[in-house]
Amino acid sequence: MTNLLDIQNLTIRFKGKRTVHAINDVSLSMKQGETLALLGESGSGKSVTLKALLGLLPPKRTDIAGSIHVNGTDVLSLSGKALQRYRGGEVSMVFQEPALALDPVYTVGHQIAETVMRHKGLSKEDALSTALDMLDRVRIPSANRRLNNYPHELSGGMRQRVMIALALACRPKLLLADEPTTALDATVQIQILLLLRELQKEFGMGVIFVTHDIGVAVEISERVAVMYAGQIVEEGTTREIIRDGRHPYTRGLLAANLHDVARGERLNAIAGSPPALEAKPDACSFAPRCPRALSACREALPPMITPSERRRVGCLRADETLAAE
Amino acid sequence: MLTYLIRRLILVLPVAFGVSVICFLLVQIAPGDPLTAIMPVDATAEEQDAMRAAYGLDKPLPVQYAFWIGNLVQGDMGKSIATGRPVAGEVFGAVQNSLLLALSAAVIAFPIGIFLGFLAGYFRDTWIDRVVTAVSIAGVSVPNYWLGIVLVIIFSVNLGWLPSMGAGPGGSSEWEWNWLHMRHLVLPAVTLAVVPIGIVARTVRALAGEILTQDFVQALYAKGMSRADVLRHVARNAAATALSVMGLQLGYLLGGSILIETVFNWPGSGFLLSNAIFQRDLPLLQGTILVLALFFVAMNLIVDVAQAAIDPRVQRT
Repeated sequence: MTNLLDIQNLTIRFKGKRTVHAINDVSLSMKQGETLALLGESGSGKSVTLKALLGLLPPKRTDIAGSIHVNGTDVLSLSGKALQRYRGGEVSMVFQEPALALDPVYTVGHQIAETVMRHKGLSKEDALSTALDMLDRVRIPSANRRLNNYPHELSGGMRQRVMIALALACRPKLLLADEPTTALDATVQIQILLLLRELQKEFGMGVIFVTHDIGVAVEISERVAVMYAGQIVEEGTTREIIRDGRHPYTRGLLAANLHDVARGERLNAIAGSPPALEAKPDACSFAPRCPRALSACREALPPMITPSERRRVGCLRADETLAAE
Repeated sequence: MLTYLIRRLILVLPVAFGVSVICFLLVQIAPGDPLTAIMPVDATAEEQDAMRAAYGLDKPLPVQYAFWIGNLVQGDMGKSIATGRPVAGEVFGAVQNSLLLALSAAVIAFPIGIFLGFLAGYFRDTWIDRVVTAVSIAGVSVPNYWLGIVLVIIFSVNLGWLPSMGAGPGGSSEWEWNWLHMRHLVLPAVTLAVVPIGIVARTVRALAGEILTQDFVQALYAKGMSRADVLRHVARNAAATALSVMGLQLGYLLGGSILIETVFNWPGSGFLLSNAIFQRDLPLLQGTILVLALFFVAMNLIVDVAQAAIDPRVQRT
């Protein structure tokens, strides 16, 4: 069976007044129906990767090298009608801010139906009944009435449910979720996470879940890829990452998690801030912030070490025993 | 929606009352005595008083207002002091002509303004945007009476293609939809359209540019919508605000074309107004201002209701 997703040596550079090397030599693959969390802080290139997957980056201001294949389709070569069929049909996206990602002057029913009509060629009535079915599936109470609501008439959690219904209406093979719970209240966050997990099982699609919250990543995903400065620095199953995170950045993220911190105890933050990425990194990007950095880390790109199958760490010292700490 | 409409209609009443009071008082405040304009210079004080009494000008102001408004609701706006003809007929004929001119200008200006604005908003910060911005700023800035004169010199005097004045062979009252009449409309309508083209283009550019940067536009592309679909969404988002700007522009076109109507001798309300001012023709002046002001109030009402009908976010209670 072909891989659901194959990203090979993806490199993305934004041109303009300031050049930004947003993505640097990223490779990533996913099997059918897999759930992957892309973990990293703001500016690490998570969202850019998702946008590249949907061909949403402005072509005039971006240089893209490498390749992206979804179910064997070369995404970067798509254009025009083929790209429209692919977007929303094959791969769809749930945005961070449902309040901004839904058109304020159309009813939510119309917005879902519109997508269904475009991809499935259904009539307006059939598309609306599909929309109704989708609103039911995302557990929106009295869906029939909600169909005719405008986005501003719904609560934040409800809007995100609509966004999910919209994204899943055409049964995509791959769902991209760009921090879908960040803009929501904590209690609603959990509900949305659980919903996504259930729907993933129900529909069997692959999910890429972008987040900066390692707790969320653990909750939803089988695998985790940690991004830093436009590179994947570590990848493995969620269990491996939690139990045996090798990269100092991953370990920093784990330590910075608030969940087990006693009151009054100092929080473990990672010192410093990520690099500006104005030049293509030629050494370990994390070295300036790394407590374990060697002089060799600042001289060349770290090797990609693969301790086991589908497990990799981009750190010179990944093989060392961690007992020293 | 219906209750909203009724509420809006009720709210118009006090505004209309205020407008009528201001119209009435404005003329009272204006210096000069209307009688001196029509009476012979050697008229005696008795003759002047008799004339004043005949027009009801000797009564206290509230009484004059009550008479005025009482007649008004019966369709009687008094008689013109200068011509002795009923004001209502004069005003409605003139407003009809002005409306014809204003609507023609709007028909020219709004589509062009919308198109240019959309183009500039879509291609923001490109040379297209800069050209459109330059054109719209020029359109707003050029004094349109001057432009009117220049157009007359080019198209009437030098080329002889179009007439320079009047509303056609029938004069002010007999308009017909044929070329003989419509060729008289071309120059004033084009001249009048220049300012609203600029204003509408700039408004639509700002709206479209702002809407296109919103997240939902990217979300629309992400769900597989074509560029045409996306532009339809943008247009619907921009429609409410754009319509309200255009509605007000139509109001300005109707009431604000005094200079253009004077340049082209167009027998409209502006022309009537300037005559009424120079002749101190109080009843005519009051009637014209009142009709124009009420038209503006009506325009505002239509704009509000249309906005509520289009944009679901507008409070309808």
